[in-house]
Amino acid sequence: MTEDLPAQISALLARCGEGDRLALARLLSLLEREPAAEGFIRTQLDSTPANSAFVIGFTGAPGAGKSSLINALLPEACQSGAKVAVLAVDPSSPVSGGALLGDRVRMQGHSQGANVFIRSMASRGENGGLTRTTETALRLLAHGGWDQILVETLGIGQVELDIVNLATTVVVVLTPGWGDSFQANKAGLTEVGDVFVINKADKEGLNQTRVDLQDSLSLLTSTIAPVIAETVATTGQGIAELWQTICSHTSAMTDAGLIGQRRSLRQSKLMEKSLLRHLESQLKELLASETGKSVLSDIARGKISLEEAYRKLVAKL
Amino acid sequence: MSQAQKRILMAKTGLDGHWRGPTIVARALRDAGFEVIMIGMANTDDIVSAAVDEDVDLVGLNIGGHIDVAKRAIALVQATRPELPIFAGGTIPPHAAKDLEALGVEVYPPGSQLSDIVDAAERLTGRK
Repeated sequence: MTEDLPAQISALLARCGEGDRLALARLLSLLEREPAAEGFIRTQLDSTPANSAFVIGFTGAPGAGKSSLINALLPEACQSGAKVAVLAVDPSSPVSGGALLGDRVRMQGHSQGANVFIRSMASRGENGGLTRTTETALRLLAHGGWDQILVETLGIGQVELDIVNLATTVVVVLTPGWGDSFQANKAGLTEVGDVFVINKADKEGLNQTRVDLQDSLSLLTSTIAPVIAETVATTGQGIAELWQTICSHTSAMTDAGLIGQRRSLRQSKLMEKSLLRHLESQLKELLASETGKSVLSDIARGKISLEEAYRKLVAKL
Repeated sequence: MSQAQKRILMAKTGLDGHWRGPTIVARALRDAGFEVIMIGMANTDDIVSAAVDEDVDLVGLNIGGHIDVAKRAIALVQATRPELPIFAGGTIPPHAAKDLEALGVEVYPPGSQLSDIVDAAERLTGRK
């Protein structure tokens, strides 16, 4: 399978560009499986027009209803004739490396539409809420003609915010009873969201959550003010309005020229990430080398201080 | 962590609402290092499009209710991705199990050991 990877990838890219779903699915697998594939794919896609797909990111606590919201929004998103893809990220087990990818359970009944493509991905140890190759996966989807892409991140903590670097619009999903305004400010969520959805709006605590959210959003000074929407994903309440809100946000961003700005910011962030990854692998090599091992055992036996060991190792990098 | 992570689709056919079996099997497969894509109760079209979009290496069907529904799903998966192995579990009567095996589907009826199912997954996905 690995032999002549570049040729295999060009053949698949050609089929993918003609709308072949299986070719797209294979490319997404190669991207995850073959460490060399990402480079080949990116080089070959660089000669094609820039990524023009709209990427809408959905983030929020586990169980807030991200999958159900995406499921409810799919018919709305398809209405204009757009081809809509979903990338859903779930966590990998740090113990076995396996994963249970269950977002699809909530996304049923769309297969009859040839206009919906759903792909589940395991985080495989990444801690930013996405997978290592999400950016390239988005480019592959765009290459396959999928012009709206809905990305579901891992349930958000306080650091899983990679989606901000990839999405044209970030939707933060909350539920009534979710923390107070202190939590909102602390978690940093209010700085990254473009659209805030209070899902399960039929539950108790809606008013308080809305007030807290308005409170903490009022302190922001973004060019385009974030919007609050209220939905009940399972009944469809507020879904059409939410889609309108997302679309208006995207066009406001486009009109203000902010989408291009986000895309170029994305490039530098990606650059930074690949550099860090490179350094990290060098660091692991160093620690596994003879020098690294002897320094580590010196620390363990108390022969040198941490500070001294640190200086020794940094000098070797 | 292995780069060549194998992916398995787990689906329920028919309207039998029992989740316990497929959930336990999915857990065991996850713990064995597989990426398991759950789609729950699904119609044949949902199963086929998931098998394509997710580019899985193996399909696991939990068969409840009428065996004909499962056969339709199997036929459609085999027509779309002929190389893709399929295994099945659930309350499958012995005569129906024979029918499924004739279609090239491995059958793990109630009472099967989880370790046997994991072994089968490793063999069918070429991990072992």
